[in-house]
Amino acid sequence: MSNLIATLGLSAYFENPKTSFAQLGKSLLIPLIGLLVFLVMWEIGAKSIHTSLGLFPGPVAVYEQSINLINDHNAERKKEVAFYERQEKRNAKKLEKDPNAKIKVRPYTGKPTFFDQILTSLITVLTGFLIASMIAIPAGIIIGLNSTLYSAFNPLIQLFKPVSPLAWLPLVTMVVSAVYVSKDPLFAKSFLTSLITVSLCSLWPTLLNTAVGVSSISKDLQNVSQVLRLNWFTHVMKIVLPSAIPMMFTGLRLSLGIAWMVLIAAEMLAQNPGLGKFVWDEFQNGSSSSLGRIMVAVLVIGLIGFLLDRCMLFLQRKVSWDKTAVLR
Amino acid sequence: MTQPPKHLELTQVDIDFPTPNGPFKALEDVNLTINKGEFVSLIGHSGCGKSTVLNIIAGLYQATKGGCLLDGKEVNAPGPERAVVFQNHSLLPWLTAYENVELAVKQVFGKSKSRSEMREWIEHNLSLVHMDHAMDKRPDEISGGMKQRVGIARALAMEPTVMLMDEPFGALDALTRAHLQDSLMEIQKDLNNTVIMITHDVDEAVLLSDRIVMMTNGPAASVGEILTIDLPRPRDRLALADDPTYNHYRHEVLKFLYEKQRTPDSPKAEKNTEKEKVAHKTPVIKSNSEDKAA
Repeated sequence: MSNLIATLGLSAYFENPKTSFAQLGKSLLIPLIGLLVFLVMWEIGAKSIHTSLGLFPGPVAVYEQSINLINDHNAERKKEVAFYERQEKRNAKKLEKDPNAKIKVRPYTGKPTFFDQILTSLITVLTGFLIASMIAIPAGIIIGLNSTLYSAFNPLIQLFKPVSPLAWLPLVTMVVSAVYVSKDPLFAKSFLTSLITVSLCSLWPTLLNTAVGVSSISKDLQNVSQVLRLNWFTHVMKIVLPSAIPMMFTGLRLSLGIAWMVLIAAEMLAQNPGLGKFVWDEFQNGSSSSLGRIMVAVLVIGLIGFLLDRCMLFLQRKVSWDKTAVLR
Repeated sequence: MTQPPKHLELTQVDIDFPTPNGPFKALEDVNLTINKGEFVSLIGHSGCGKSTVLNIIAGLYQATKGGCLLDGKEVNAPGPERAVVFQNHSLLPWLTAYENVELAVKQVFGKSKSRSEMREWIEHNLSLVHMDHAMDKRPDEISGGMKQRVGIARALAMEPTVMLMDEPFGALDALTRAHLQDSLMEIQKDLNNTVIMITHDVDEAVLLSDRIVMMTNGPAASVGEILTIDLPRPRDRLALADDPTYNHYRHEVLKFLYEKQRTPDSPKAEKNTEKEKVAHKTPVIKSNSEDKAA
């Protein structure tokens, strides 16, 4: 009898970890199977597409090229270190001979590697997104609070929202060339062009969602604000902003997604050093490894876009007052 | 009641709401005088304009004709001296109970009270409604009754001349409601402030009020009858349950509501038969929109 209870107890004890393990396996296994099926189909499909630059890259070719890109990056870094070492030695020798000698320190001007370009792209997209948000959030609050302004601006917002970055780009390029004239520019023109294009295109979702969030505050809370005779600033800070935060973040996440997509196109055409330029250069280069490298860039672009969205989600969880809301 | 008799006065108040079919008259010729320290209930069927009366006193609505005077001053905007306890608590969900009351206290006493005095005052008001144990909880962490308590504490903390309550206990279960009614009677006994409360509940109205204002059905609703409840305070709900005077008052209110003023959708109701005749003649769509406006 006691034996039976012991076995029952044991089985109950083992059952729990078992089920949780099974759940874990399920949640990992199914995406893994999906990935595997995709890789196999990709490899098979790729083998049947012949281009003028050779076979379409399959997963294996992409893997090889990503290793190559990492090696290129490391080699370039070694070159850079070596360059500075040589320069230092040369300068030290000069100083030994003549302590008053003029020393020139030249920066290393090797070509940017894939990883440098990722960094440039990230800086450009975040700056552009920041500028867009700094314009869109205050403007959205003001438009949302005032129904007259809202109906005045809504048609304009709807008009500009669907405009493709490629349509803006020539205009922005010409305006930047005409307006941004300086002998010692702080930023490259191509950087400014991509930045402005990104801001112009990613402004609208945040603006619209903030305005809608602000204008749809519950009547009850507005009554509370009126009875308390809150002034405009307190009303905005204590009532408007907290209740608009969920909508605002929806807008911000959409904006960041658009900003990232626009950036790649803008970099391609504006020749701003970044992932877009990398893809364009590889396309122009047309070597047998080009398509593989472009495919690596495609995957990295997707991954970074996903990570950027996760960062916004994390931020939203931090800022949102409603911890019970399901955010995905 | 040695105060000047006319504390709060509504005179010939009409209100029209604009609708696609022209203005809709919700209230017509409402006259009401309320004394200082009086507890007045407004009772009537749904849609009879009780809330509209309260909102006019609160200053959230403007009367089309006539007006509202509080201590001789015209009411034309909302203000903390006419604090409102809203039907669905209307607490800010991102603030704790303490912070919700704090927002009101800072607004009213921000200049006259020091930081520590304000803290004391907030805690005092929360303990009046027995919520001092859950001051740091947010509205989604407390029950409906507790939320309503915080709403009452917020209104009390403004030290209002008149406290306006819009069906404050309507959404609560019977036991919680009874509990809060007792709390309210206790607080009102201590503070002796003027309270105007909207209710659907006949027992609640008789138990709490000095006077019950019974309203006729809309559209163009008005004050039907006013019943003075002459029961000694403190009132005890158990003792009153068998009290003949209490039951008489109860009966009076029920008679008004169910004999003199039937429910708006009852075909025998006086005003409604007229309206229905009109509705039969006009196209269906129009009568629908008319119902919506009502």
